[in-house]
Amino acid sequence: MLRASLRQVSTALKEGRVTPTELCQRCLALIKSTKFLNAYITVAEETALKQAEESEERYKRGQPLGILDGIPIAVKDNFNTAGIETTCASNMLKGYISPYNATVVQKLLDHGAVLLGKTNLDEFAMGSGSTDGVFGPVRNPWSYSKQYKEKSVPKSHSEDEESGWVITGGSSGGSAAAVSSFTCFAALGSDTGGSTRNPAAHCGVVGLKPTYGLISRHGLIPLVNSMDVPGILTRCVDDAAVLLGSLAGHDPKDSTTIQDDFKPFELPNLTDVSKLSIGIPKEYHAPGLSSEILALWSKAADLFKNAGAKVVEVSLPHTRYSIVCYHVLCTAEVASNMARFDGLEYGHRSDMKDSTESMYAATRREGFNDVVRGRILSGNYFLLKQNYEKYFVKAQKVRRLIANDFVKVFRSGVDVLLTPTTLSDAAPYMEFIQEDNRTRSAQDDILTQAANMAGLPAINVPTALSERGLPVGLQFIGRSFQEKQLLTVAKWFEKQVQFPVIQLEEVKRHDSGVFQHQKSASFS
Amino acid sequence: MRALSFVRWLRAGRVPPRGPESRHSGDSGHSGHRHSGDSGHRVYSEYRYSEYRPQDPPQQKVSVEVLDHLEHLALVDFRDSEGVERLQKAIQFADQLHEVNTDGVEPMDSVLEDRCLYLREDDVTEGNCTKELLENAREKVEEYFVAPPGNIPLPKLEERETFLQGSK
Repeated sequence: MLRASLRQVSTALKEGRVTPTELCQRCLALIKSTKFLNAYITVAEETALKQAEESEERYKRGQPLGILDGIPIAVKDNFNTAGIETTCASNMLKGYISPYNATVVQKLLDHGAVLLGKTNLDEFAMGSGSTDGVFGPVRNPWSYSKQYKEKSVPKSHSEDEESGWVITGGSSGGSAAAVSSFTCFAALGSDTGGSTRNPAAHCGVVGLKPTYGLISRHGLIPLVNSMDVPGILTRCVDDAAVLLGSLAGHDPKDSTTIQDDFKPFELPNLTDVSKLSIGIPKEYHAPGLSSEILALWSKAADLFKNAGAKVVEVSLPHTRYSIVCYHVLCTAEVASNMARFDGLEYGHRSDMKDSTESMYAATRREGFNDVVRGRILSGNYFLLKQNYEKYFVKAQKVRRLIANDFVKVFRSGVDVLLTPTTLSDAAPYMEFIQEDNRTRSAQDDILTQAANMAGLPAINVPTALSERGLPVGLQFIGRSFQEKQLLTVAKWFEKQVQFPVIQLEEVKRHDSGVFQHQKSASFS
Repeated sequence: MRALSFVRWLRAGRVPPRGPESRHSGDSGHSGHRHSGDSGHRVYSEYRYSEYRPQDPPQQKVSVEVLDHLEHLALVDFRDSEGVERLQKAIQFADQLHEVNTDGVEPMDSVLEDRCLYLREDDVTEGNCTKELLENAREKVEEYFVAPPGNIPLPKLEERETFLQGSK
């Protein structure tokens, strides 16, 4: 049952086939036995069980709050949660207990969801591997799957799964691992440069980045105010639509949310794609794209074409500058956003007492890791008076060019763009850490970044397993605020590819097998 | 029109001429992470990016004065030569922006620039949470946050403990 989709479990709860407390306990037990994944930083056992009990009461009275009532959910650790530690995987916020709930967390709780805990990430969401947090790296559940183990050949007897495990991607790696290993039915991540879609691709789950301005950022510890969005990670596209329905909408506490009315929608089961126009941006055939993913990408395009859709090659000429532009804008905004961490009102505080400035400097020296400090210093450099025009304003101009590229393409009649999400499948941890965080981010964000630049919605749909037995996903980018169209196309695609279910020993032991999963032919 | 563009794609299976340092099947330079990709079925020709070689030496080194100034502004230290190297590489990476022609282009602050920011009525709707807010502060007295004495600038480069001291 832990392997069921959100909708299926919700129906089971309504019909009384399982109770919220049972579900919660099973998930908590599974979290304990998958502790080696390091997906969770904090597990809020007591509060989760309490919420589950309250949900059970509501079901008994026949008054559930909705589809999400009683569903176990995990939240990335850069969302504020009242009474539960929020650390952003940093020493700066270790022990920080937020006095309020982020709007998205509050909405989930108001719908009756059960908050299991806070998931691991890269420190302050800076990174593309979920390897740089102070609580250690997150391990991809697929490293322990039957599918991966069958394909990997250990070099010697001493080399076992301890050293061969692969990364989850980042920075919402913990959330992706949690959903992928069935410890929760949905998780919240954040997406600034691909931080939800990248781990979704590596962990074989659906990762949705909504349009900027659709979901409230109030309570999400900001990285880049003009690009951050809360991300949604689920097992299937339908579930993502359910979560979106509960989270989207204007929030008076976040003035960057649009004021248009948002109506939650049900995804239609598309059968006729002949009216659809799919764009294939040629620049996304980036240097370093693995031939496997390239083949999958063209197969997917053929799939649409054979089903009657119009598939055209399009051009987004400034794609290659997107990552450079992001680098400048991100570090600049980070330099500004991280300035709030001075130890005075919350978070870590150094013992230095000589002066305010030296206390701040010492606090920040002790609290931030290399990655964060590096970005702050770079950001400050780009914001210096002598560099402001040259770098910061220039990057803003390039940003407009990138956004305009998309506008032109969508204006030409394309409905949805189809691109790869990552350059390759998940890398082994030992290999990933050979390069530093900035280099890796620059390499890994290249395909996901532009959607953040332009504020467009994008979704990763797990497509097939690579030769090494690891998940590979493809990305769909839609028009601004057209999530319904985007998700409809994604749902159709998901149905066509029938991505295999991960086979994990631990899950087999905890699952009661109430739902049987059909093993169907896979896409590759 | 559609059939034509699709056929053009299929024909584009020809591999364009390449420079000596780039790879044929588009495999990344990740060692031990190769895929023995089959190069036969090529629907998309690889888009050629103009050469960017990260091994090129940086245009100019950032002076110690600027580094010191940055440490003052950011109140964060470089810690070691790796930190300074990181900045150098970041600047070098960002220099690629200058290849783009942005004449006549306005800077973009936000993707929602065509809309008005929401402003709510100036009514008090919540507050009175002094106790909760003070709980997270380490040093406080009654309802005040306590800070060490202000108006004392950070010590100059020669006098403070910083990695940069040795590099003057």
